[in-house]
Amino acid sequence: MKAVEVFRVVKPGLFSSVQDLGRFGFQRFGVPVSGAMDKFAFMCANALVENAVSDACLEVTLFGPELEALNLTQMAVAGADFSLFVNGKVAPLWETMNVKKGDVIAFSGSARSGCRAYLAVKGGISVPVVLGSRSTYIRGGFGGYEGRGLRAGDTLRAFASSLFPKESRVLPAELVPRYEDEFVVDVILGPQEDMFTAEGVETFLSQAYTLTPESDRMGYRLDGVAVRHKGATEIVTDALTPGAVQVPGSGKPIVLMMDAQTSGGYPKIATVTTSDISRLGQAKPGNKIRFRKVSLTEARARYLDFHGSLSRLEERLVKRRVF
Amino acid sequence: MYSSPKYSAVGDRAFLVKFGDAIDLDINRKVHAFSRAIEEARIYGAEECVPTYASLLVYYDPLKTSYDRMVFALKDLESKLDEYTAKTEARVIVVPTVYGGTFGPDLAAVAEYHRLTEAEAIRSHSETEYVVYMIGFIAGFPYMGKVPEAIATPRLETPRLKIPEGSVGIAGNQTGIYPRESPGGWRIVGRTPLVLFNPCAEQPALFQPGDRVKFKPISEKEYRSLGGNT
Repeated sequence: MKAVEVFRVVKPGLFSSVQDLGRFGFQRFGVPVSGAMDKFAFMCANALVENAVSDACLEVTLFGPELEALNLTQMAVAGADFSLFVNGKVAPLWETMNVKKGDVIAFSGSARSGCRAYLAVKGGISVPVVLGSRSTYIRGGFGGYEGRGLRAGDTLRAFASSLFPKESRVLPAELVPRYEDEFVVDVILGPQEDMFTAEGVETFLSQAYTLTPESDRMGYRLDGVAVRHKGATEIVTDALTPGAVQVPGSGKPIVLMMDAQTSGGYPKIATVTTSDISRLGQAKPGNKIRFRKVSLTEARARYLDFHGSLSRLEERLVKRRVF
Repeated sequence: MYSSPKYSAVGDRAFLVKFGDAIDLDINRKVHAFSRAIEEARIYGAEECVPTYASLLVYYDPLKTSYDRMVFALKDLESKLDEYTAKTEARVIVVPTVYGGTFGPDLAAVAEYHRLTEAEAIRSHSETEYVVYMIGFIAGFPYMGKVPEAIATPRLETPRLKIPEGSVGIAGNQTGIYPRESPGGWRIVGRTPLVLFNPCAEQPALFQPGDRVKFKPISEKEYRSLGGNT
């Protein structure tokens, strides 16, 4: 498929990277899953421009970028509540927009609520597929745009599509998520909850923890009441999965996110459920996190709900024909 | 080693199969054998397996299967473990390494810790044949053992922010190689010019679990002629 130039990066923002739904099958070689932190906003952005579910988008973080359009194209931004401007005029989130050559798309200031937004462009961002994915893996220096976050002067390309533009789409207001400052996330205890005192587990499940500035796509370092181990504070190194909550000797939990290292030596008190890892993608430093214990049966039901809501996204968008 | 593997849920789409609780070659061989057995059995809904020292993380698709069904299917496979364990074939990979100096800033400390000379510490590290137990941490990083007690040294108290690509480190009785510049707390004793991970290659990781590894001391000049960066 032919790729055309769509955007020139004027300002990269705090951290903007190309992501899709992730890289699977290589964790045994130390390659993390990567991929969009907030799956709902990511998939919504793609659906708004009639892309395939896993087409690559730009994930922007806290302070968004400024881009100059290099061609006529259709785009959409979904996720954190940014002020978005096109040529200085306020532009909507969660809605399809047409931009033409020379237009300037600017994320102004910081997100009012939430942390990350996804910019989807018709056809999907064109970067090479590495190990089955277009997601950026910063620590490994591959995937995405030359294995790194965007810099001023970079040129983004997208796969040209002959279907464009047929319709304009918008996510109904009642479906737009509200990102609060406190997140209550579901966890399944384990796999090493038996290395913590009963009081330690109780502390973990009852206290609010604050997301510290030392948090990124690899993991969220939390501050709050220390979770006490029974004795040993290390284990024989085993596999880590996104959502794992490891507790090092300090007792301060770390929630592993999409770029997490694939193995580690700290005991894991619990694992966040799939849908709540995605929701946590919108947490930012200063936000509070509380953990709620759920059974595997309950978690399974929620997983099926989450998957169902994502697969019905497309049909829930309001479509208007473009003439 | 446990008499039979232990299963525990890890979130809503993975579980851990634990074979023991130590860095031990027999336990580790079971882990890799079980990983192969699961792949070859093509269990409906099973996704990637991540083998480590003494356990195996198995992902599954909750739309196709469940934790209970997966455990049931895997218990059935346990009888085949011995058959798969026997199939292991090992390659020997030689890792040319410049020891000490700016390439191995912690060599002197490792030697001093054990009251050895640097030459003795190098001999001890390079005369031992290691086994790759697992790949983890960052893409292509091999966890190898066991480092002889004579040079086994705990991690640095304060990890370094930048360890150069190719650095050979020691952490307790493990030895490993940083495939890329990275932060880390292992004691760096040397550096190799080998490329450990190439995402565009058919086999992206140079090392596979089960590989046997020997370090070969080389000079700085040889390091450069083998394409090493300084």
